[in-house]
Amino acid sequence: MGRIYLDYAATTPTHPDVLKAMLPYFNEDFGNPSTICSYGQEAKGEIGNARTQIANLIGSRDEEIIFTSGGTEADNFAIKGIAFANESKGNHIITSSIEHPAVLETCRFLQKNGFNISFIPVDKQGLVDPDGVRKAITKNTILISIMHANNEIGTIEPIAEISKVAKKAGVYFHTDAIQTAGHIPIDVNELGVDLLSISAHKLYGPKGIGALYIKKGTSLATFMHGGEQEQGRRAGTENVPGIVGFGKAAELIQQEIDDESKRLIYLRDLLLTGILERINHSRLNGHPTMRLPNNANISIDFAEGESMILNLDLEGICAATGSACSSRNLEPSHVLLATGLSQEQAHGSLRFSLGKWTTEDEIKRVLDVLPRIVARLRAMSPLLKNQSKI
Amino acid sequence: MSSNVASLYSEKVMDHFRNPRNVGEIANPDGIGHVGNPTCGDIMELYIKVNDDIITNAKFKTFGCGAAIATSSMVTELVKGKSIKEALEISNQAVAEALGGLPPIKMHCSILAEEALKSAIDDYSAKKKMLEEQR
Repeated sequence: MGRIYLDYAATTPTHPDVLKAMLPYFNEDFGNPSTICSYGQEAKGEIGNARTQIANLIGSRDEEIIFTSGGTEADNFAIKGIAFANESKGNHIITSSIEHPAVLETCRFLQKNGFNISFIPVDKQGLVDPDGVRKAITKNTILISIMHANNEIGTIEPIAEISKVAKKAGVYFHTDAIQTAGHIPIDVNELGVDLLSISAHKLYGPKGIGALYIKKGTSLATFMHGGEQEQGRRAGTENVPGIVGFGKAAELIQQEIDDESKRLIYLRDLLLTGILERINHSRLNGHPTMRLPNNANISIDFAEGESMILNLDLEGICAATGSACSSRNLEPSHVLLATGLSQEQAHGSLRFSLGKWTTEDEIKRVLDVLPRIVARLRAMSPLLKNQSKI
Repeated sequence: MSSNVASLYSEKVMDHFRNPRNVGEIANPDGIGHVGNPTCGDIMELYIKVNDDIITNAKFKTFGCGAAIATSSMVTELVKGKSIKEALEISNQAVAEALGGLPPIKMHCSILAEEALKSAIDDYSAKKKMLEEQR
């Protein structure tokens, strides 16, 4: 068996058909879409097709899709865009404590620049309480930003309920849907959001391209100043190959979303139950049912995350951990801590994220390898001393 | 073996991570060092046996990342056969160098290994002093 990739939440390989669709736009149909000649007009047409493909994936109108350089830019655009365009109405923003750094750090930047931010807590399964959001709203609130699903623990948030709260209060609502787009069905109207961020490389498209859905009528400051591209909202010559690839990836993933999510839920549960059965003192992180089809996040006591990841890698298995011995502040995942895990438990977390090319044999191989790795690390751990039997 | 592991750590670090030397506890040790905290995710315990001021044996138990395990393993190797005075001179840089270097962000692991050793020697010295006073 070759190497086993179980880190699809970090990034996905570009689908071969997507790559094929992109290639002509590097050196054959390379025109600048802002120019009048046929080269430029052909490229412009392809951007329009891609915009439709993305709009179809999330149930929006074409003109409500603005291409960005990726998910991080889409999050920055949404939050700063609302903040700067609505400063006269208020300076309060509500977000959750488990957002991706693209949202958290953007909010902290605004905090340093005169905005008030409420980071609302989550429960043990990572769920945001819509009523908690309601209670946090003040007369100065201009934006609520809550992620559609968490990238680490996979919990899917009750976005439709939260958006009702936002709508009732007349507050803009943004959701980071980077982990969900293409993986669970999305309809922006059913979700009731004003802004929604997506990224291509999480759905078998290329890196360096994403999009922000901006509901018609939303008051948003321009993110990138310059030319008139993207309705003047995001200047810069378009990343045509990236946009074409993103569109193709969206079209392809939409065709198989139902079958693929069933297949992944089966494999995910095989992995989760297998680990929980084989390894004692292990537990599921996130919500048992309200979770992404491809996310399995567990904590294993008395074994440290990076050591488990290194050992898995030596066995050819690629996964991720919320332990952050290599992060600058040495603190483990803010998401795991927010769900009430102790520092030790957060350091002993593993995230397996499955994808299109994950097979049952690969899952079985993880179930074969992981218990041995954990046993070996536990034998080395001084934490076990006061435990009677492990 | 995948390339990202190879690029994160030196071969020597990976060798000590895969096959750590001197894992375990010593029965009736002459000194025990206990350092680290759950926040940073590394906890080390180091046991030494001392005979005529020479460290004759050293073992460790560690909860931590790859660098924490490798530095624990290396410090036990370095300390064996050394006098207490020589052992006290083993710095975290010496541990890191013996491992062919550590990524800058992982140097704190080598500091922890040095502290574990010092803590074990302190424990030994304190016990020794107590015994001498009892005489």
